[in-house]
Amino acid sequence: MSADQTQRATRCLVAKVGLDGHDRGAHVIARAFRDAGFEVIYSGLHRAPDEIVQAAVQEDVDVLGISILSGAHNTLVPNVIEGLKSYDAFEDTLILVGGIIPEEDKTELKNLGVAEVFGPGTAIEETVDFVREHAGPE
Amino acid sequence: MAPETLSPEDASLYESLLDGDHSALARVITKIENRTPGYRRLLSALHGHTGDASVVGVTGSPGAGKSTLVDKLTRQYRNNDETVGIIAVDPSSPYSGGSVLGDRIRMSSTAGDMEVFVRSMSARGRLGGLSMATADAVKALDAFGKDRIIVETVGAGQNEVDIVETAETVVVVVQPGSGDDVQLLKAGILEIGDIFVVNKADMDEAAGTVADLEAMVHMDETSGSGVVGGHHGPDSTDREPASGVDPADTGNAADTKDGWTPPVLQTVATTGVGVDELRGALDAHRTHLAESDEGTRRRRRRAETEIRRLLRTDLGELAEQVLNRRGGIEPLAESVAHRKTDPYAVVDELAEPLEKAAEDAFEPKDWVDGE
Repeated sequence: MSADQTQRATRCLVAKVGLDGHDRGAHVIARAFRDAGFEVIYSGLHRAPDEIVQAAVQEDVDVLGISILSGAHNTLVPNVIEGLKSYDAFEDTLILVGGIIPEEDKTELKNLGVAEVFGPGTAIEETVDFVREHAGPE
Repeated sequence: MAPETLSPEDASLYESLLDGDHSALARVITKIENRTPGYRRLLSALHGHTGDASVVGVTGSPGAGKSTLVDKLTRQYRNNDETVGIIAVDPSSPYSGGSVLGDRIRMSSTAGDMEVFVRSMSARGRLGGLSMATADAVKALDAFGKDRIIVETVGAGQNEVDIVETAETVVVVVQPGSGDDVQLLKAGILEIGDIFVVNKADMDEAAGTVADLEAMVHMDETSGSGVVGGHHGPDSTDREPASGVDPADTGNAADTKDGWTPPVLQTVATTGVGVDELRGALDAHRTHLAESDEGTRRRRRRAETEIRRLLRTDLGELAEQVLNRRGGIEPLAESVAHRKTDPYAVVDELAEPLEKAAEDAFEPKDWVDGE
């Protein structure tokens, strides 16, 4: 008999990728996710796309939140997505992007497989609710 | 247990893990953490593939520099072409159950290198369950074929002690100025450490902390017995048996703690000073375990702990089932709170059918022959 109870938790990787050094937003999100009861892994600053992929694969996260304020999202995000695909980890990961993303780039990112883009002024609850709705325990 | 009993999904995970697929390893650990139904069969199948890795536990107070030290150590192992698995355990918030797992930030010198598999874990509010999940995750890494496995945790209580005890060798990291010797005694770290590391050894208070630790380690040693155990300690060379005979073989093994005096090392993890020595001490302890009875003793003790934990988990579940059939805990708690009955009587009554079932099961036949 193996009867111990299932203990599911939503795991999120909050990632800063590329050269921008502004992580206040990432910290706020990390705290809000923690308070929502999620397990949050924070990547630290200045990560290369393959480092983010490594972390997302190894930690087997449900949610990957990428924060980019540098404007390099059109290069960095596709790299991350390609990497996830190469480890067969793209399908089961909810990818979110936060930061300064021009309106015209949003569609492109979503076409690539980003589930949602959250810009400045987004209410924290909105992001948390989005995760609960799309990446809740199976 | 034979892999044939696995579900098709688990069987393919099992094969992929043994094939060296990192995604499969990650998913197996998720199943372990979530206690997804069937995870025990998976572990049961993996168990036969374990036992080859070196497993080291690293503990110490927050900010002592554990992650940075582990990072530097990992770098060295990688330079040596050894693969590494790391389980980084962080506490979870008792309020929301959530957690921020930040140890990955310090593991930067090997970032991007898949042969270094870092997994962050938190308590998820389970009592004692974390040490079980950690031990199981170590098993997955071991079966995968990682050469070196490091379990890192904040040392602050029984839970953490349980976690590091799943390791062969326990390293306790202390930072300078962490209080006088009484504080060190209180923290209860002396009993669990096989190796002590005073990190940030470039700080002024380092020498005092080293001296305190040295004094306590040697006090421990001399109070144990007349036989001087240490043959690896950095300053015990003058007492090393000339013949090289292991003290554990001299017939006084029961008196000496285990024939090993924990060395007190100094490191500066940020610059890598002293990491070579730490690696040397870890290898020396591993050799010591292999050559003395202590290694066998520890393996047996770990197996005992595992059997007991699994048994208790299952019995606990059984108790929950009984509780649910009796209408749940609320009405019982209500009547105890109003002094209509007492908790002892309640539990006597709840446990009675279990006790009876156990008696019936064992009475007619020898249970060892059963099944």
